[in-house]
Amino acid sequence: MSRLVVGAHYGIKDWLAQRITAVLMAIYTLVIFAAVLAGATSSHDAWRGFMAHGAVRSVTFLFIISLGYHAWVGVRDIWMDYIKPTSVRILLHVLTLLVLIGYVGWAIQIIWRL
Amino acid sequence: MSALNEQKKQRPRFLDLTVIRLPLAGYASILHRVSGAGLFLMLPLLIWLLDLSLSSTPEHLVLFESITRSVLVKLVLLGLIWAFLHHFCMGLRILLIDVHVGVEKQQARSSAMAVMVVSLSLTLAFGLKLFGVY
Ligand code: HEM
Ligand code: HEM
Repeated sequence: MSRLVVGAHYGIKDWLAQRITAVLMAIYTLVIFAAVLAGATSSHDAWRGFMAHGAVRSVTFLFIISLGYHAWVGVRDIWMDYIKPTSVRILLHVLTLLVLIGYVGWAIQIIWRL
Repeated sequence: MSALNEQKKQRPRFLDLTVIRLPLAGYASILHRVSGAGLFLMLPLLIWLLDLSLSSTPEHLVLFESITRSVLVKLVLLGLIWAFLHHFCMGLRILLIDVHVGVEKQQARSSAMAVMVVSLSLTLAFGLKLFGVY
């Protein structure tokens, strides 16, 4: 039996996840934008204080997780569309996953150490 | 049915991307992909700047100031501002179409135009701010 590494069983789930994360990120964008208009970046201390606030930290945390998942689904879709040789594509998938996990960890530690 | 199949077989295949002319929504879609990929590729820069901007170490803040003062960096950030705005506006359009809002041809045309106009105008507005015009 030959194994297919190109199955689409994860299609609907990831499609939905990409939508849910997109909505979360869109809301976060509007909230942050409103906060900036209200002076959250008026000074360095204001900016740090804002990002360190419990509620802001929680939604930023959700945003970071969403971004990681969203970008994983999106970038993987791009590789699947253009990269035909399976071995190269799998390699790119793995690299994408690894860098995204790294970015998410990095971003979380930035907001957590505040 | 068989007539339909016959017709299908005879369809010309014309896939020269340099000559095909797309409707505006087609270009807006391609730009959604380009902007998503661009944001992904530039994430390390963005996270690094976020890191520096939130740091309490004076050297980091000096570094942050000097990096973001560079015109080259500002141009990159301008590109990323456009990418985010386009991706954001187009993303909302896709989400609305997913729930069947604005599927009609005329509406879909207008919303693609709206995405381009809104994201480019906001890029201009944020760009002027970025370069310190106001
Ligand atoms: C407010 C934030 C965002 C919204 C509303 C949003 C929305 C969307 C939507 C709806 C899709 C699916 C497109 C489709 O199926 O045709 C998508 C794809 C994608 N997104 Fe986002 N997105 C957001 C932020 C981001 C960010 C920050 C990145 C970068 C890391 C990103 C990267 C991607 C990529 C690479 C794709 C795949 C593009 C493609 O397949 O053509 N997105 N986005
Ligand atoms: C939801 C989307 C986002 C919005 C609306 C947003 C908005 C902002 C705003 C308005 C500032 C303050 C800029 C200032 O007045 O100086 C800022 C700072 C910053 N953000 Fe975000 N941000 C978002 C997501 C991100 C992400 C995902 C990253 C990186 C991974 C990031 C990196 C930065 C950096 C580097 C700064 C410091 C730059 C500065 O202060 O000028 N942002 N953000």
